Amino acid sequence: MTGGYSSSEMMAVAAARRLEDGAVCFVGIGLPSLAANLARATHAPRCTLIYESGTIGAKPRHLPLSIGDGELAETADAVVSVPEIFSYWLQGGRIDVGFLGAAQIDRFGNLNSTVIGDYDHPRVRLPGAGGAPEIAASCRRTFVMLRHSTRGFVPRLDFRTTVGNGDGPGDRARLGFTGAGVTAVVTDLCVLEPDPVSAELTLTTLHPGIEPERVRAATGWELRVAADVRVEQPPSAAELQALRALRTVATERVSE
Amino acid sequence: MAEIVPLSEAVAALVRDGDTVALEGFTHLIPHAAGHELIRQRRRDLTLVRMTPDVIYDQMIGMGCAGTLVFSWGGNPGVGSLHRLRDAVEHGWPRPLALEEHSHAAMAAAYAAGAANLPMGVLRGAVGTDLPAHNSSTTIECPFTGERLTAVRALRPDVGIVHAQRADRAGNVQMWGITGVQKEVVLAAGRSIVTVEEVVDTLDPVPGAVVLPGWVVTAVCEAPGGAHPSYAHGYYGRDNAFYVSWDEISRDRERFTAWITRHVLETADVVAYRRSLDEAEAAA
Repeated sequence: MTGGYSSSEMMAVAAARRLEDGAVCFVGIGLPSLAANLARATHAPRCTLIYESGTIGAKPRHLPLSIGDGELAETADAVVSVPEIFSYWLQGGRIDVGFLGAAQIDRFGNLNSTVIGDYDHPRVRLPGAGGAPEIAASCRRTFVMLRHSTRGFVPRLDFRTTVGNGDGPGDRARLGFTGAGVTAVVTDLCVLEPDPVSAELTLTTLHPGIEPERVRAATGWELRVAADVRVEQPPSAAELQALRALRTVATERVSE
Repeated sequence: MAEIVPLSEAVAALVRDGDTVALEGFTHLIPHAAGHELIRQRRRDLTLVRMTPDVIYDQMIGMGCAGTLVFSWGGNPGVGSLHRLRDAVEHGWPRPLALEEHSHAAMAAAYAAGAANLPMGVLRGAVGTDLPAHNSSTTIECPFTGERLTAVRALRPDVGIVHAQRADRAGNVQMWGITGVQKEVVLAAGRSIVTVEEVVDTLDPVPGAVVLPGWVVTAVCEAPGGAHPSYAHGYYGRDNAFYVSWDEISRDRERFTAWITRHVLETADVVAYRRSLDEAEAAA
């Protein structure tokens, strides 16, 4: 806790700010759902939240514990089947922003949410792909939220579950993906964005009070730092109030 | 035409050891009562299919019902890991579990293809990932545009099992709220069991409801509360506290086995299961 807010709160606020009002957003559970709902509660009341359970335009009053809570169906503009949400809506190219978490990320924003260690003899068996591969394939832009550590920011993924920017520039087009890929990675220390030329994740914005050296030490590859690194504004009183009002047992557990 | 029978009879008649069985329900309407009946009847060597294996699959895997799991996301939503699934994958307890894993979009396409009697589903995605090495998907070239796409083998389970709000006496099934992939799994399966909150004389129309005509369903079984700890829109809410408590119950093999013995093996049906949970809570 510095300045009356935690690093997790700074992370949620920084992610929420990047969702513009009016955007159509495909939301994963946990931190992405927290950030998307914070955006809706603050600067982006007109953004449309879509959960993979088929709820389009969900307006939950409390944060859901799962992607299919009754609250989402009751407040949605429409509820469609799961095959429909993935085919007509996501693959159909109708989503602006995909919001994902992961266990590991590499320098090109590719994600692992499958296993840590060898696939057949894993050290940790993670939940798996869920909607992530196609969310990152088809959304116009993808934001990733992940706490910053060398365990998560690795030179080589143990398993590539989701293609961010592949093996570098032009790789997404070769694979036939329509969206721009991972355009922002929001951590508890900073924001990384792909370099426009190399597509490599680059430190572009530091959270208040964080030194670049700390970010580099928490990154498992030689992290590039932009020439003009910005500093994120600390959370406003209004943002913190909205965030704390949203918090539930569920998000406390997820963000532990 | 669907027969309205007790759940224990439907499972005994329709699910065999070694079958490929899909229990669906996307957070909502998860057929827990049917899963418990599979455990009570000690089904073995099942290939269990489900997009989101959560607590009910954790229970079946922990009881050794499954030889293979076909899935796209295995976790306790909003809570964390499935400890029984992890124990089976990481340590082979109580028996090794083979995995075939997809993305949600691929599983949904595979079910839709199965329902449509097509051999495969087609989607854009999955290429460039490590997933195709661990599932039945491959890439194909579109004959019209030349675009490279992912093809996934259709899912045609031997048995499809879902839970719904209600059915009429002719076995027509009605469900509403989040209906996930339930219509597709019933239509894709060779045989189907639908558990319902209640059997009624008339199905009053509900906005956005999915109706499965009785002639595409093999068996309808009354199982009031049969989705618990999942929920049934219009009947009861999600028992979030149970999902949180499952994390502790399932972490330890002995505690898990004691829980299953008390609340599933030693109860006759869903009503007795619910009563045993109430009694345990009252004693706590």
